[in-house]
Amino acid sequence: MRPEIAPTLRAEGLAVSYGDRSIITDLDLVVPPGKISVIVGANASGKSTLLRSLARLLSPAAGQVCLDGESIHAMPTRELARMVGLLPQSPVAPEGMTVIDLVGRGRAPHQSWWRQWSHSDEETVRHALELTSMLDLAERPVDELSGGQRQRAWIAMALAQDTDILLLDEPTTFLDMAHQIEVLDLVMDLNRTRGRTVMMVLHDLNQACRYADHIVAMKSGRIVAQGPPADLLTAELVDEVFDVRCCVVTDPVSGTPLVIPIGRHHEPRNVARHPFPIH
Amino acid sequence: MALLELTRQPGRIAVRLGPTSAVIRPRMLAVCLGLAVASALAFAVELSFGDYPIPLLDVVRALFGVGDRATLFVIEELRLPRALVGLLVGCAFGVSGALFQTLTRNPLASPDMIGLSSGSATAVVAAMVLGFGAGLGTQALGLFGGIATAVLIYGLAWKGGTTGYRIVLVGIGISWMCTSLTSYLLVKADMWEAQQVLRWIIGSLNGADWVHVTPLAWAVLVLGIAVLLLSRWLRLLQLGTDVATALGVPVRFAQPALIVTAAALVSFATAATGPIVFVALTAPQIAQRLTGCAWPPLVASGLTGSFLVLGSDLIAQRVIPGTLLPIGVVTGAFGGLFLLWLLTRANRVGSGG
Ligand SMILES: Nc1ncnc2c1ncn2[C@@H]1O[C@H](COP(=O)(O)OP(=O)(O)OP(=O)(O)O)[C@@H](O)[C@H]1O
Ligand SMILES: [Mg+2]
Repeated sequence: MRPEIAPTLRAEGLAVSYGDRSIITDLDLVVPPGKISVIVGANASGKSTLLRSLARLLSPAAGQVCLDGESIHAMPTRELARMVGLLPQSPVAPEGMTVIDLVGRGRAPHQSWWRQWSHSDEETVRHALELTSMLDLAERPVDELSGGQRQRAWIAMALAQDTDILLLDEPTTFLDMAHQIEVLDLVMDLNRTRGRTVMMVLHDLNQACRYADHIVAMKSGRIVAQGPPADLLTAELVDEVFDVRCCVVTDPVSGTPLVIPIGRHHEPRNVARHPFPIH
Repeated sequence: MALLELTRQPGRIAVRLGPTSAVIRPRMLAVCLGLAVASALAFAVELSFGDYPIPLLDVVRALFGVGDRATLFVIEELRLPRALVGLLVGCAFGVSGALFQTLTRNPLASPDMIGLSSGSATAVVAAMVLGFGAGLGTQALGLFGGIATAVLIYGLAWKGGTTGYRIVLVGIGISWMCTSLTSYLLVKADMWEAQQVLRWIIGSLNGADWVHVTPLAWAVLVLGIAVLLLSRWLRLLQLGTDVATALGVPVRFAQPALIVTAAALVSFATAATGPIVFVALTAPQIAQRLTGCAWPPLVASGLTGSFLVLGSDLIAQRVIPGTLLPIGVVTGAFGGLFLLWLLTRANRVGSGG
């Protein structure tokens, strides 16, 4: 059974480098348990690097990542795989591997020599396929799917792993608008109804504001600011993090901040300077 | 609750008994059985065939120790070692090829293409010609050569992430370096030595003896068990090292362990018979097509390898009457054609294999 209190993933004084190129130095972060957190930041700001470090794919040069106080590098990797799942940014399945084969592999941390395909494996995989609307494509080779279908197959694999903490690196890239919303709604369902902790990287600030309980803004390997979207997202912050001028208004649907970039060819008109009128 | 429960799904059947469960793929099972029967048949024909033909029935009886003394002698002392070495080497080449092709996701990255066989051959030839390490024996030398080459390739190509192409390119380079080294050694050798070495390099079962069988059998048994134990990690490493780690594979241990096991398999086999070219490349690919899998299946690859080696040996013995043609000539010709076919196919898909 799942413990009542969700496990907490935490980075303490984390430093990560590729070879002798240091990317992250002295970073502290708590992944809020039971919440949805979104990492935002420009390209190459170290978002994937941070997420990969949290999932022990990179060994820290200094500091550590702890799960409930225990260093993840000291834990048995299989045990960790039952608690923390990760979807990397652009994974590639071998040519010819079918969706069901791929998603089935997500069950690996729960399987053993004498338990290769239990009822719960079958149930969880079917459910994951259903949630990502991939049931009809289950027998198709992954490399013959469209970019969005492929992305959903990988998300299904991460769901099949059935972990308390789910780290997703740009789960909505390649997806059309409908499927972006579908995936984000799905993430929200997982969080709200099943108490899963989610940390994901998103490029769309407005989606980040809508779906996140907590936003982490990164720049050059550092955390510039973090907090709930409503308090955090200001035109100044967007300018600092992305170097983009913008107006921040209120999203008429969700009431969360809505970022409208300005660009060089437009100037904000009067109406947009003020919070969006809600009638 | 039913004691034994079967659930059918497309292409597979889940079998559950209490808390235990397994997945059976009927087509895989059927192909493996078929290959096992074919290999057993080739094995029996190999025993029955020769200057002193023995009917198949007598072969089978002799295997159980029944028959006249002459038959028993011919089978047990002359032909059994040859057939057993063929069976074991074929299996070793097939499994090793499947491991490399799966790890690199590239059919061209099989041990005979990326220089493991040549590396192991160079070590053995160097010992034969230069006369050092005689106390070590060919097995140990071949093993050393193959593993050293594997470590070299791993160091040069693998570290920066697994791309099949890099490994193939580095491997081909190393393979040619080993081949030139071997040629240089051949030039240095005297006529008689050169003749011996050449036979061995082409790959031949002609000298197979019980001395070769025992260490080879142990090697295949131990390494085969290792492969089965590691195969659960192999399935996940197929998804790349990142996903494999996230799914709980100790990649830093699993990947080198798989490479060393595969290299050891091919090295032991090479030490026993010389590099029988193309078996490690073709067997997994044939097995993959027979089973309809998306990647080379391990057991079926081993069985296909055994069948290919025994079958090629039968052809090699018959093709020029009265001459024992080295088996490598046959597998070379057959494998060359297969490679061409694979390359044209890969180019058409545009994936380069
Ligand atoms: N495997 C690697 N080897 C060397 N440097 C790397 C590697 N991966 C990333 N980097 C470097 O680390 C820095 C941070 O990269 P990272 O992938 O974390 O950025 P990101 O914020 O995820 O960017 P994006 O939005 O484009 O995905 C970049 O400068 C990148 O060049
Ligand atoms: Mg990234």
